[in-house]
Amino acid sequence: MTVPSENRGKCETSLAVNGKPKTVRVFPMERLLDVLRHELGLTGTKEGCGEGECGSCSVLMNGELVNSCLVPALQAAGTEITTIEGLAEGPQLSALQAAFLECGGAQCGICTPGMILASCHLLKKKPDPTLDDIREGLAGNLCRCTGYMQIFDSVAQAARRRNPA
Amino acid sequence: MRSNPADYELIAPGRLQAIVALLANEPGQWLPIAGGTDVMVQYAAGKLPARKLVSIWNVPELRGIDILPQEIRIGAGCTYTELREQEIVAHEFPLLASAAGWTGGIANQNRGTLGGNIVNASPAADSLPALLAYEAELILVSVRGERRVPYLGFHTGYKKMQLAPDELIRAICLRRRFSEYLHYARKVGARNAQAISKVCIAALGRLRGGAIGGEIEDVRIALGSVAPVPLRLPEVERILTGKPVDRELAQRARTATTAAIQPIDDIRSTARYRSAVAGNLVAEFVAQLGATA
Repeated sequence: MTVPSENRGKCETSLAVNGKPKTVRVFPMERLLDVLRHELGLTGTKEGCGEGECGSCSVLMNGELVNSCLVPALQAAGTEITTIEGLAEGPQLSALQAAFLECGGAQCGICTPGMILASCHLLKKKPDPTLDDIREGLAGNLCRCTGYMQIFDSVAQAARRRNPA
Repeated sequence: MRSNPADYELIAPGRLQAIVALLANEPGQWLPIAGGTDVMVQYAAGKLPARKLVSIWNVPELRGIDILPQEIRIGAGCTYTELREQEIVAHEFPLLASAAGWTGGIANQNRGTLGGNIVNASPAADSLPALLAYEAELILVSVRGERRVPYLGFHTGYKKMQLAPDELIRAICLRRRFSEYLHYARKVGARNAQAISKVCIAALGRLRGGAIGGEIEDVRIALGSVAPVPLRLPEVERILTGKPVDRELAQRARTATTAAIQPIDDIRSTARYRSAVAGNLVAEFVAQLGATA
């Protein structure tokens, strides 16, 4: 069997995305961002700057926040990836998604998936964050609409919901 | 223009031995890539000259921090997040812990590595002045074996370094002898996270007898973004050593600092601003040192 020329150099790459095993045939230097969007149709992860400055493409890789535009596919092989599509359970939004809706944390929406994944990572490490913790946790995610305050409120609200004092 | 992934090869041999064997077989042909926070940026911009890359992410021999009685050895593949989470770094090497917290946002701290910061060789790298101040040594590895070199002098010019084409940085060694020192670090940039420094400083000092009014017994000062390489300031250290701290001494240190550096105008700042700020930072460090007991 001959490999079609456009596939030469591609490798079978297996990874778990939002809890489901996936195998894709991609170039090892393909960006994880493109694997998610183009190969797996998970377009919730957005491309902003494409150079690790804006955080729009943030996902969790083995539970750690990463910019998926800076991860070559080969380094994602064998890992567990969580994207924005993996947070809600059916129609039931996660606490963070609900809080972003209630507090006006989303406006144009491009930064929102990344903001929510960064917040998710923060709340896992610091379930009861101070405002400074929230600011630091989201410092790598840029938003050009909200002015950030509603986003910080959203994260604080989600944290309060998870830890009823 | 964006790069086409079909034009690039990337392999992950896994263990260190296999990686250095590959580098030895075709010296200079394979570009190591760890967390990709610099390499993937060049790739995205279509500016990555290398076509063959070897992944050194998650290589067990490059991970972790070994704590020995005399020194700590930080694996070159240690991420900024790992540096920030290690208590010994926060307690004994706070200049490095601060720099790790300033470098990028959380996502980049989870992927960027200390070894990568050294070989990327940016004169603006936040962690490198700290390595100069602590007089770090590097363990370099190749199929020929390991060698240990001082970090001071490792960078010989803009993006130039004393690393053979078949070598990798394996670890960064810091001697555990600075717990009695004042550690002073500051970054001056447009924003705390995700902004490259206009000027950054890491400095260490100790007064004789550890008492206010005592003479400066030992001092090290290093600056970033003020020359083609991260710069230690031996002339300024010489002026300070053995003197009691007063306003005049701080002023002399400021003047000597501006004479020792070669800042440039670029997209982030101007030579004039950098010069003034570098002098101010050194003067502030000297004043703080004088006020420590």
